[in-house]
Amino acid sequence: MVQFTLNGRRVSFEGSGSRRLLDVLREDFRATGTKEGCGEGECGACSVLIDGDVVDSCLVAVGQVEGRDVLTIEGLSSPLQQAFIEHGAAQCGICTPGMLLAAHVLLQRTTRPSADDVREALAGNLCRCTGYTKIIEAVLSCGT
Amino acid sequence: MRDVTYLRPKDLQDAVQLSRTTPGCRPLAGGTDLMVMLHARTLRPAPRAILDVWSLSELKGVRRVDGMLEIGAAESYTGIIRSAEAQQHLPALVAAARTIGAAQIQNRGTLGGNLANASPAGDTLPVLLAYDAVVVTDRRSIAIDRFFTGYRHTALQSDELITAVRFPLDRQVVFRKVGTRAAQAISKVVIAVCRQPARVAIGSVAEVPLRASGAEAALASGDVAGAIAAVTADIRPIDDVRSTATYRQAVTQNVLRELLRQ
Amino acid sequence: MSCLRYRWRGRGAGLSAQPWKFLLLNMVTAVGRSVPRRDGASKVTGEARYTDDLVVAGAWYGKTIRSTIPRGTIRSITLDPAYDWGGSRVVLVTADDIPGDNVVDLIRDDQPVLARQGGEIRHKEEPILLLAAADRSTLEEAAEHIRIEYVPAEPVFDPAQASEVYTTIEIRKGDDVEAVEGVEVVVERSFTVGLQEQLYIEPQGAIASPTPDGGITVIGSLQCPYYVHRALKRALKLTDQQAVVVQAETGGGFGGKEEYPSMVAIHAALLARKAGRPVRLIYDRHEDLAATTKRHPGVITHRTGVKKDGTLLFQNIDILLDGGGYCTLTPVVLSRAAIHASGPYSCPNVRVRARAVATNTPPNGAFRGFGAPQSLFAAELMVEHVAERLGISSVDLRRKWMLRLGDTTATGQKLTESVSSDLVLDAALKAVPPVPPVSPSRPSVRRGRGLSLVFHGSGFTGSGEKKLSGTVAMEALADGTFQILTASTEIGQGTKTIFCQLAADALGVPMGRVTVAPQDTSLVPDSGPTVASRTAMIVGRLVQEAATEITERLKREKAPLRVEKSYIQPDSLHWDETTYRGDAYPIYAWACTIADVDVDVTTGAVRVTDLVTAVDCGKALHPVLAEGQVEGGCLQAVGWATIEEIKMKDGGYQNDRLATYLIPTALDAPNIRTILVENPYSRGPFGAKGIGELPMDGPAPAIIAAIHDATGVWLDEIPATPEKVIAALARKPA
Repeated sequence: MVQFTLNGRRVSFEGSGSRRLLDVLREDFRATGTKEGCGEGECGACSVLIDGDVVDSCLVAVGQVEGRDVLTIEGLSSPLQQAFIEHGAAQCGICTPGMLLAAHVLLQRTTRPSADDVREALAGNLCRCTGYTKIIEAVLSCGT
Repeated sequence: MRDVTYLRPKDLQDAVQLSRTTPGCRPLAGGTDLMVMLHARTLRPAPRAILDVWSLSELKGVRRVDGMLEIGAAESYTGIIRSAEAQQHLPALVAAARTIGAAQIQNRGTLGGNLANASPAGDTLPVLLAYDAVVVTDRRSIAIDRFFTGYRHTALQSDELITAVRFPLDRQVVFRKVGTRAAQAISKVVIAVCRQPARVAIGSVAEVPLRASGAEAALASGDVAGAIAAVTADIRPIDDVRSTATYRQAVTQNVLRELLRQ
Repeated sequence: MSCLRYRWRGRGAGLSAQPWKFLLLNMVTAVGRSVPRRDGASKVTGEARYTDDLVVAGAWYGKTIRSTIPRGTIRSITLDPAYDWGGSRVVLVTADDIPGDNVVDLIRDDQPVLARQGGEIRHKEEPILLLAAADRSTLEEAAEHIRIEYVPAEPVFDPAQASEVYTTIEIRKGDDVEAVEGVEVVVERSFTVGLQEQLYIEPQGAIASPTPDGGITVIGSLQCPYYVHRALKRALKLTDQQAVVVQAETGGGFGGKEEYPSMVAIHAALLARKAGRPVRLIYDRHEDLAATTKRHPGVITHRTGVKKDGTLLFQNIDILLDGGGYCTLTPVVLSRAAIHASGPYSCPNVRVRARAVATNTPPNGAFRGFGAPQSLFAAELMVEHVAERLGISSVDLRRKWMLRLGDTTATGQKLTESVSSDLVLDAALKAVPPVPPVSPSRPSVRRGRGLSLVFHGSGFTGSGEKKLSGTVAMEALADGTFQILTASTEIGQGTKTIFCQLAADALGVPMGRVTVAPQDTSLVPDSGPTVASRTAMIVGRLVQEAATEITERLKREKAPLRVEKSYIQPDSLHWDETTYRGDAYPIYAWACTIADVDVDVTTGAVRVTDLVTAVDCGKALHPVLAEGQVEGGCLQAVGWATIEEIKMKDGGYQNDRLATYLIPTALDAPNIRTILVENPYSRGPFGAKGIGELPMDGPAPAIIAAIHDATGVWLDEIPATPEKVIAALARKPA
């Protein structure tokens, strides 16, 4: 059994610890905001935060989150979300949850990031719709 | 993956014990390679259990040991990048770590994983070769230049666990990775160079990360032009999905020239 | 990353300029404003449900078994007799289980739903069998107990050697190009463009469920519900009512979800029908990359005749596109390629000979731009080569050649309004500062700048819109709200938002009172596919007209009421499909792109640092969404031009994972600056023209010109990978 915190709630999972965290989140906890784009840690659509660090949940065995704090898009509450809407940073939306979580980490650690900081922080999250321009603008608008 | 048992050892001693007693067991650190292969079922032989060493405190951290800098096998690249000791003594390793994937991969990827996976394109591996790093396992120390024995083969025994990597403190190593894009790219060519002692280590140009012996010999005698000329005979690049042999030959020379000019 | 907007009214706006001015002053409240997008909130919270997010009770998992050879016939399909194939464990579908025609309905009836035993295999990854099981491990296990044996045949991979031709097109204007008198200089050059994957981040997928009336409902990730509907009816022998297609939230399309979802949907439906339960058929990235359509690769050769002063006398152009194993949309792609081949230039004598052939690679299909990026790449570089030969500036040469109001295109179409070649060229040139010098700390970097000028026909080619007669319905409901019923899909580009803006302003009500019905074929009429830069301009106009009619009727009648509007071709548009003469498109959108690149001569790496693009969209209905289209399209073009490479091996793609098929990351993307120029089109909604595809056309030639500016070498082939740059630099005379 794996026990962890998911979006602030204590949860437990009874299945095999070798299953991908991505699958457990989507199939067992119905947290389908976490998307599978490639299954090999290239696209970042499955990004979640573990103890505040952004990771690809397709690369994490669920057993590895024992006792840890997992945040998915369903648990995020950030001004970034409104900024993404206003700046046109979400188009098809499939990369958006992962993108928001990666941007959230950046803003937690860097209050006033530069455009280059944003590019680096989001380099693990592929977007095919926006050319990243409006995503970068949206994140910069949330710097304090 | 459903039939793969997940094992969480309570400490390193427990991990060593489980590794020795569990048939078909593979150690799992950050999962950046292993989880992909497990899911795609491309591992041969197919593992029956995964031994999660990610959280073992004995395998974390960057510390001084016996006049060397020791990095835990399961320390993340992010941990290495942020380590003041690593920044001071191993800037080329920090530079290499920064080129790996992006934040998500740097938060999970480890030196132990890079070594065990033994990809000829492993970004840190030429750096380890240029530093004459020592791979520490649960039972012995292995000099890095004896570690890679063939394509994705290592000197490790099947139940042997990498616990740390040790580096000398006084090396001046420079590093350059040539990839297809600015982030999240597997290298076309990756080079680490040390002037004193002469080390020219190159990845993605042979079946293993290699030391360019001809170039090193020339460099040891102070012959920079000779080293650049000799390197083409040291490497055995191929055409593959990421690049061509011709390109790798040309760019290995170009990059070596740049690194030796510094 | 600021955005400049030029509003330009006057010449070319025609008679309609005044009514708009009136509208702008008195009624327009939503159009032209960047209102929050309709689907924004659900997308930033994770609530939006894409196909694989949907929970369907009792659904099994499906899988497609594909050919491992590029060409041949199936000798035998053997199921391991020792394995338990009981229907309660696993369901197997072969070609014999197809109740209707074994054809994926599109243009030509050549592509089977499943290859038959003894039947022909024309490409690797061709679907042969379908499997479904309650869980994924049973599915994978069952797949391992099937053996398919083939009789291989010699495959054809080189389009130049291909004997089977899908289609040819010839365009002639003026005199025989090789007999034109007064020609002083002839320049000839060939250009090669590579395969490109659409790489929507959500892979293909569909979930099919049997319905009590013997029908099938398919929910999927798709652009064109009625394409899927037609294909489903035909393969499964269903009535209009029995086949129901519903679009789930769709994670990008770019053309990749134009025709291929028909295949996925039919497969899911066949499995569901046989299993008697819902079946989920969701591709993983590897399958999606390996099996689904790509942008057509090709070779385009130009012979251009000019006077020494640059006067353009003839263009003689040959186009060869590789269609791959089946026809799919290839004839239409070739058509758009041919019509755009002479570029946005006025040439008295033009001949375009275009040919698309069959090879034994997976079929190529729709991808943003649809043939135009390929032929415009060649056309724009040809301007550079002619200018270089003549020793004059390529910008000056463009000004001399470019189409202006009243000029005729290669098909003989007289341009009577909204011609913006000079507007976009001036706007882009004005917006760029001088090229900054390279820092001395980067001695291996060479910096350069390149420019391109392109046009792109909005809407379907020729009589396409007339034949299609797309329909939109609108309902005024008793509660005072209005519902738009359309099959046009939201795939990220903002369909739902701009349709509501258009309707709200035409109705004179706040946007909050307008909703969009789900894209469900049992509810909405066929508005035509969501392709060809036609949604805002053609379907948007129908939305506007429907709303206007509702407004009129509400003066006399009470809600609820419903109106339908279908496209009616204006009498002024004429097109002859047989001669390729006439009005190829109702209107063209225009763009000028300036690219700055850094080329590292040590590694051959090309980094596009800055991209400025001035785009005439007629009217920016929603400036932020319009810029989003431009920026996203530009980056796809940057990827196509630089790093997106597919290498072939034995008829399959070597780059069949995201670790090997690389698209630009945020660190690779240039600073993209968009300048929206508004030169209205009289029949577009509020003057808007379609710009979905246009941004894909300009960056590639601008980047190649910039690489030349930086290094002095011309690349004739994209992607301009480091390997090609290093090879070209090595060939360059010292």
